[in-house]
Amino acid sequence: MSDPLLQVRDLVVEFPTRRGTLTAVDKVSFDIAPGEVLGVVGESGAGKSLTGTAIINLLEPPGRIGGGEVILQGERIDNLPQEEMRKIRGKRIGMVFQDPLTSLNPLYTIGEQLTETIQTHMKLTDAAARIRAIELLSEVGIPAPESRIDAYPHQFSGGMRQRVVIALALAANPVLVLADEPTTALDVSVQAQIIALLKKTCAEHGAAVMLITHDMGVIAETADRVAVMYAGRIVEIGPVREVIKNAKHPYTDGLMASIPSLTHEAERLAQIEGSMPRLTAIPDGCAFHPRCPQAFDRCRRERPELLDADTTQAACWLYAKEEAVT
Amino acid sequence: MSQATAAATMGVNETPTSDPLIKIEGLTRYFDVSKPLLNRVIERVPRQLLRAVHDVNFSIHAGETFALVGESGCGKSTVARMVAGLIAPSAGSVSFEGVDRAAARSAAEERKIRRRFQMIFQDPFASLNPRWRVDRIISEPIRAFGLAQDKQEIDHQVGELLKVVKLDPADGAKFPHEFSGGQRQRIAIARALSNKPEFIICDEPTSALDVSVQAQILNLMRDLQDEFGLTYLFISHNLAVVRHMATRIGVMYLGKLVEDAPSRELFKDPRHPYTRMLLDAVPDIDMSGRARTPVKGEVPNPINPPSGCTFHPRCPFAFDRCRKEEPALLPVSENHFASCHAVAEGRIESLGAGVQE
Ligand SMILES: Nc1ncnc2c1ncn2[C@@H]1O[C@H](COP(=O)(O)OP(=O)(O)O)[C@@H](O)[C@H]1O
Ligand SMILES: Nc1ncnc2c1ncn2[C@@H]1O[C@H](COP(=O)(O)OP(=O)(O)O)[C@@H](O)[C@H]1O
Ligand code: SF4
Ligand code: SF4
Ligand SMILES: [Mg+2]
Ligand SMILES: [Mg+2]
Repeated sequence: MSDPLLQVRDLVVEFPTRRGTLTAVDKVSFDIAPGEVLGVVGESGAGKSLTGTAIINLLEPPGRIGGGEVILQGERIDNLPQEEMRKIRGKRIGMVFQDPLTSLNPLYTIGEQLTETIQTHMKLTDAAARIRAIELLSEVGIPAPESRIDAYPHQFSGGMRQRVVIALALAANPVLVLADEPTTALDVSVQAQIIALLKKTCAEHGAAVMLITHDMGVIAETADRVAVMYAGRIVEIGPVREVIKNAKHPYTDGLMASIPSLTHEAERLAQIEGSMPRLTAIPDGCAFHPRCPQAFDRCRRERPELLDADTTQAACWLYAKEEAVT
Repeated sequence: MSQATAAATMGVNETPTSDPLIKIEGLTRYFDVSKPLLNRVIERVPRQLLRAVHDVNFSIHAGETFALVGESGCGKSTVARMVAGLIAPSAGSVSFEGVDRAAARSAAEERKIRRRFQMIFQDPFASLNPRWRVDRIISEPIRAFGLAQDKQEIDHQVGELLKVVKLDPADGAKFPHEFSGGQRQRIAIARALSNKPEFIICDEPTSALDVSVQAQILNLMRDLQDEFGLTYLFISHNLAVVRHMATRIGVMYLGKLVEDAPSRELFKDPRHPYTRMLLDAVPDIDMSGRARTPVKGEVPNPINPPSGCTFHPRCPFAFDRCRKEEPALLPVSENHFASCHAVAEGRIESLGAGVQE
């Protein structure tokens, strides 16, 4: 395997409060290989967005990185001054968020925004940058890009805006695209198009993708590997087919079984009792233990790290070698 | 066994022979989306009407779950609000056991019908009064309909309802903000059950919830249906959820019902090109590699919908007639309807298998 493009090591995101420090992302570690699509999935509040935001150093105070390292192409980027980091965002890391309007300025035309991004990161004349912008718009499936380039964001539909955001994210040929719930605000027919587009264009540009979503279907369609988050931690990580069809962690397993299927009929859906704990009440040991049908003594006392579980890695004591069950 | 539970246990593909509980005929709703009068005069622009729901017909039998599915803006909530009597139709009618709600002869009769309806909304945060304690929220319909007077009896009923939705009777003393999203939806359900309705309109009841919590709520709703013989109008944009819940499904596109079939049949043999497109758009979470056609285009602006069949600009089967003539909802087989010229002319063959394995 080639050297990882991105390495995240023991990343901690915390919020100081009057009643102590809340840990929202708790020692998260993973790698992304060049060109790979890593899905990050989990229910709301699991810490997915904060993980992504910490990687690009856009945490909003009082949120802060409380520990760990983020290494992009061998270089540590979590401790860079904001000035340096700004150059990395847009150039080496492109971004796509749920609401395309957070990435687009309503006062400027699509063309102005694209050419600005292109010229910030590449030495091109105005005419050459405009040609490049039209190419990008055509690549992301905007019809008649020569005329649409001078339109404003509000003149586009939600799906078309998200296409423009993908064009912007790819404008400087980044090595990594961070996409946080890129299709969550879209209807299913538009979502299908945007997922296919994101996957295709990133592959063509050779960009790896960190795809954050709560939707396991989107992950199944797009990702090579997937990390499942629960209460600020990665509970399972592995090849997407293994995690989806053959989950090892009891949480992943329960989560998959609770999703209604389009192809199978079931009398009842499998059910995980309770809900994810609030940050103020994360249980000791394995954070999932109060809801886990297989919890045993050790789970309540000791926090499990990611352990080899056959084809994936799972943070679960069931996979501790010396304490193999039965 | 009541009539309702008999229907609930009936196989989904059997045709109910009794009269429907709810009958919707020619239901239509326009919204005025014109600019203010002064602007219209100055800019010389005409009044503008948006056709949110157009000539929708369907029936729901006791014990059934009839689902409406379609992408946002297709008119699902507008249908729900008209069925619930929250807004008036521009045309058409909603009848309950054969009585047209709008034509109910007296206030007392309308009130009697209203007592047998309830509604659950998507947003359990917005639908519960944040300043009321849970017991007051749940008992409000009991008081409004005068179903019990003395405090002890009401308290008892509220406690029972909390147990029915798997909350603790002691939770009645708390405020909505003390609960998680899933628990709040349970409170909304307890409230909806408090006047012992027979028919519940559920508008995207789990769309704001995480999947593990969604499973809890969907299971609860099915249990309650069995226990109380409830009939549901169940609205969702999620096809897998709809498949899990519904006995019968109506697919909407731009204000119109384009297909109406028993749930199992809709998934086995979808006929309308839009239904097929929707099914192909759903991510293949089972990673079955099932064959799918890439989706094209987006839903057009409802203020200025395409002529003829409004789906024609996106339809792979469109032909000349589609641009000129609006298709009617016609039977494809007994109990299965589609509004499509190509289907009516036999140009779209049965899929036979659909997405079912
Ligand atoms: N400014 C903040 N102050 C305190 N807690 C926060 C703040 N921002 C986010 N959180 C908490 O951090 C957790 C993780 O949030 P997030 O990463 O946005 O979750 P996800 O994207 O997985 O839904 C949540 O419990 C959220 O409430
Ligand atoms: N009060 C209203 N005023 C104007 N337009 C409305 C109103 N309510 C709904 N609409 C429009 O009617 C159409 C159908 O909306 P709705 O019934 O909410 O769809 P759905 O629930 O399927 O998403 C949409 O185009 C919507 O914008
Ligand atoms: S560590 Fe224990 S409680 Fe946690 S998931 Fe594994 S078995 Fe369950
Ligand atoms: S009527 Fe014509 S355009 Fe409309 S769905 Fe049928 S074939 Fe397609
Ligand atoms: Mg998020
Ligand atoms: Mg709606």
